[in-house]
Amino acid sequence: MTMLPQKTGKKLGLVIDLDICVGCQACAVNCKEWNTGGHMAPLTDQDPYGPAPNGVWFNRVHSYEARGACGSQTVHFPRSCLHCQDAACVTVCPTGASFKREEDGIVLVNEDKCIGCKLCSWACPYGAREFDEVEGVMKKCTLCVDRVYNENLDPEDRVPACVSTCPAGARHFGDLGDPESDVSRLVAERGGMDLMAEMGYRPTNKYLPPRPRKRDAADVGAASNQLNPVQDQSSAFLKWVDKVLSR
Amino acid sequence: MHPAFSVIFFTTASGAGYGLLFLLGVLAVTGQLPSHNAAFAWGSMLLSLGLISAGLLSSTFHLGHPERAWRAVTQWKSSWLAREGVAALFTYVPAAVFAWGWLFEQRTDGPYAVAAGLAAAGAVVTVFCTGSIYNSLKTIHQWHNAWTMPNYLLLGLYTGSLLLGAVAVLTGLETGRGFSLYLLGVLLLAWAAKAVYWHFIATTHHPATIESATGLKHLGKVSVLEPPHSSENYLLKEMGFQIARKHADKLRKISTLSLFVTPLLLVVASLYAPMPVSGMALVLAALFAALGVVVERWLFFAEARHVVTLYYGASEV
Repeated sequence: MTMLPQKTGKKLGLVIDLDICVGCQACAVNCKEWNTGGHMAPLTDQDPYGPAPNGVWFNRVHSYEARGACGSQTVHFPRSCLHCQDAACVTVCPTGASFKREEDGIVLVNEDKCIGCKLCSWACPYGAREFDEVEGVMKKCTLCVDRVYNENLDPEDRVPACVSTCPAGARHFGDLGDPESDVSRLVAERGGMDLMAEMGYRPTNKYLPPRPRKRDAADVGAASNQLNPVQDQSSAFLKWVDKVLSR
Repeated sequence: MHPAFSVIFFTTASGAGYGLLFLLGVLAVTGQLPSHNAAFAWGSMLLSLGLISAGLLSSTFHLGHPERAWRAVTQWKSSWLAREGVAALFTYVPAAVFAWGWLFEQRTDGPYAVAAGLAAAGAVVTVFCTGSIYNSLKTIHQWHNAWTMPNYLLLGLYTGSLLLGAVAVLTGLETGRGFSLYLLGVLLLAWAAKAVYWHFIATTHHPATIESATGLKHLGKVSVLEPPHSSENYLLKEMGFQIARKHADKLRKISTLSLFVTPLLLVVASLYAPMPVSGMALVLAALFAALGVVVERWLFFAEARHVVTLYYGASEV
């Protein structure tokens, strides 16, 4: 059913810390590895070892440079389904294959009902959905619905594959509908934000902005006035050191 | 956006077919259909329903699973695509009754007039749903605007009107000055709507930026340092399709020339030329417009820019 639930029991989602992400691609790789055998399996590839590999991934890690008054900064940016509360990808679906779960807000695709019209991917501003050319159906992040409730896994492993594998601790999983949850507190503390809030899709996943850069650290490392030759220093001791070393 | 041929054919062919069905329905309701001419009745009805059906069938060709297409009518409560399917199927019912009365009973009055009216209404509703599929996508500024819908409705009516004229001429009917004047009016309206649409998309863009897409506005100007993958993916092939501006300009000229300018001259000629020439002018006008509307629809897709391309470094969408 493609009508959105009025309200979901939980709002399961991810919190991604852009201050910590190092762009190692481990989350993307582990996502592909788990999900090619998981709920949406297989995540097919065409020409995987050839000159133009092409395949289905649920998670893509971009790297951006932001240039501002404080110089430029590199930001690594994982992009995946945000499990929106007003998910247009669900409401545009003509068949009922796309749906948002009432119990936890996870947005899923029923592959047996999908006709592969691609309209949901047009409706998503975040590029979360990728069409599987081999299977002829749309695929997307499942928030590892087959892990988070999986009693065959150890409790600490009942998180999405991307979260469990992140070596830097940049990804967090939890109930964003519960203001007392760890993820909600993290979002409140760090000013977690919605991507393209102006689109009005109310994404569940939040991104934590990079912390402000420490100006003094940059100065110590690279500022030109710190790189002057030693003889310009007024200290008599340094002048003597310079003289000795210059022999 | 990637211009899929099946969708271009569907929207142009069924647009013209519904335009023609609408006109036949209105003519039937107002008692202006020439019921004595079997060739015109069969020709116009078959052309209308044939174009509609061929278009609908073709729209299933781009699906990953065409055999499941029947499922696409179930979610009419939320989906414009499903509503389009429902409207298209429902329109067949009164259209079939109307066609039966006109073709086999030579009657377009009473219950058949009611069916004709319903078929005309169904045609408008179906094209409205088609336009709404595109118009409702907030992710594409070139579609999500006030000019998309008038374009779909007016181009359907305009191309359907030209088909009506062509069929009438080819089946030996005299179309008359009034019809040529009507064609002129619809042509100018459709042209104006398209010109306003092109002006709108040339002078405005989507409010989203790479900064709002990444949430990094507070850090300054954002640019792509490294892409997430080394070759194309589905998103870039489907949503990243872009047409070079110089080609877009050329194609707009071709479309304008073929869809509006040439038919305009031919319709004006039909006003003043003697009978066989004026008739042939209307047939030629329909042929030129058919080519022009395909180019127009190709551009409608090729010039549409999706917000997801911001993540891949598009400067504006």
